[in-house]
Amino acid sequence: MSPATAAAVPRLHAKARLQRDEVRGREVLLYPEGLVGLNPTGAEILALCDGVRSLADIVATLERRYDVTGLERDVAAFLDGLAEKGLVLYGP
Amino acid sequence: MDPKPLWLLAELTYKCPLQCPYCSNPLDFAGPRFKRELSTDEWCRVFREAKALGVLQLGLSGGEPTLRPDLEQLVRTAHGLGLYTSLITSAFRLTRERLAGLKAAGLDHVQISVQGADAELSDEIAGTASYRDKIAAYHYTRELGFPLTVNVVLHRRNLHQVEALIRLAESLGAERIELANTQFYGWALHNRDALMPTKAQLAAAWQVVERERARLGTRLEIVWVLPDYHEQFPKPCMGGWGRAYMTVTPAGEVWPCHAAGRITTLTFENVRDHPLDWIWEHSAAFNRFRGDAWMPEPCRSCPRKTQDFGGCRCQAFLVAGDAGITDPVCSLSPHRHLIDAALADEREPEEWTYRAAPASRALAGRG
Repeated sequence: MSPATAAAVPRLHAKARLQRDEVRGREVLLYPEGLVGLNPTGAEILALCDGVRSLADIVATLERRYDVTGLERDVAAFLDGLAEKGLVLYGP
Repeated sequence: MDPKPLWLLAELTYKCPLQCPYCSNPLDFAGPRFKRELSTDEWCRVFREAKALGVLQLGLSGGEPTLRPDLEQLVRTAHGLGLYTSLITSAFRLTRERLAGLKAAGLDHVQISVQGADAELSDEIAGTASYRDKIAAYHYTRELGFPLTVNVVLHRRNLHQVEALIRLAESLGAERIELANTQFYGWALHNRDALMPTKAQLAAAWQVVERERARLGTRLEIVWVLPDYHEQFPKPCMGGWGRAYMTVTPAGEVWPCHAAGRITTLTFENVRDHPLDWIWEHSAAFNRFRGDAWMPEPCRSCPRKTQDFGGCRCQAFLVAGDAGITDPVCSLSPHRHLIDAALADEREPEEWTYRAAPASRALAGRG
């Protein structure tokens, strides 16, 4: 899986599901025989991966929401990590 | 922080149409201990209690879980609770309609076993003609949009087929193939001499796995469950006793792993008598090997104890007669010679005993 470009449209693989983990007070990404615990930022990024927004759109949304700039590298690195596990796919 | 479980394996029944000689179920699966299966309502209560306790991953297993006519209802309840639910099945007589119903009920993932890469060997190992049903069910699973795991237990008689098995999983569009080298519990321990692979077989299979992993990347995840008898250090069994995992047996006993019931020096509680959170937090069996205070040498002063947790308690009990000592697989264990004695490569392969109810009753009588 090559790293995300700004135009790439990230989406969760069909095998993965976001779920609230009440007992541990966090969101988790569940998939066959595994899970990834998410911090609030990670959960927010994945919630924006709707298969329509591009990476650039997601970054812009987050930067507006928090009134900051320069998030692209962190967001891309987070998604690339999940893409390496086959949990996030990049579409056109 | 007190550990909370993430994983629950629900063994819904020990009935099974297959007769695999490596089955991890107890030898006395057909005996009185497992006879009175939990009802639908009892299982649903277990799932609710498990979710409240922190469980996120639910495996529906057995025996053959599709023999439970209430499977759809159990899946619906688990899905409603937000549990990621996997069906672990032989797929014997599993129809497209049944799978579609389970999909509608919210089943997340299907794992279907196969015993060999072709009908002849697969059916011989399973002891029941089932390969055709499995191949059909693999296709239904993909057509219905389930993520699919192909599961193969590896041993002396099928290790030469690892490449063909990976190609089969690839051609089916599976997400994962689990190449699980036999772990010696239950029927597998009883049939250990017949199943034990040679070092050369394992080395050849491992080479194939490395090559195929490089070729396939994320297209097909290849899980290789280590043949622990051939390792130098023990496996981190269940990620530690009572840390993340529990098994509920068909009649409601709760075990820290699916083999623990054979440890006769422990008493296991039942969900019919206690809530699951009490069993997890307070029962003697779950607390007996939690943490590392129970560890004797060589574990106690070993830096690896935080990685492997002393290995497997069941193996220590089954091989060396004491659940409270270092896993005899460990090269530092004074009992390692018991493992080495089981590895004799030159031995002529023996006949195995198929896992079946009459054999179970006969063996249970012998203890």
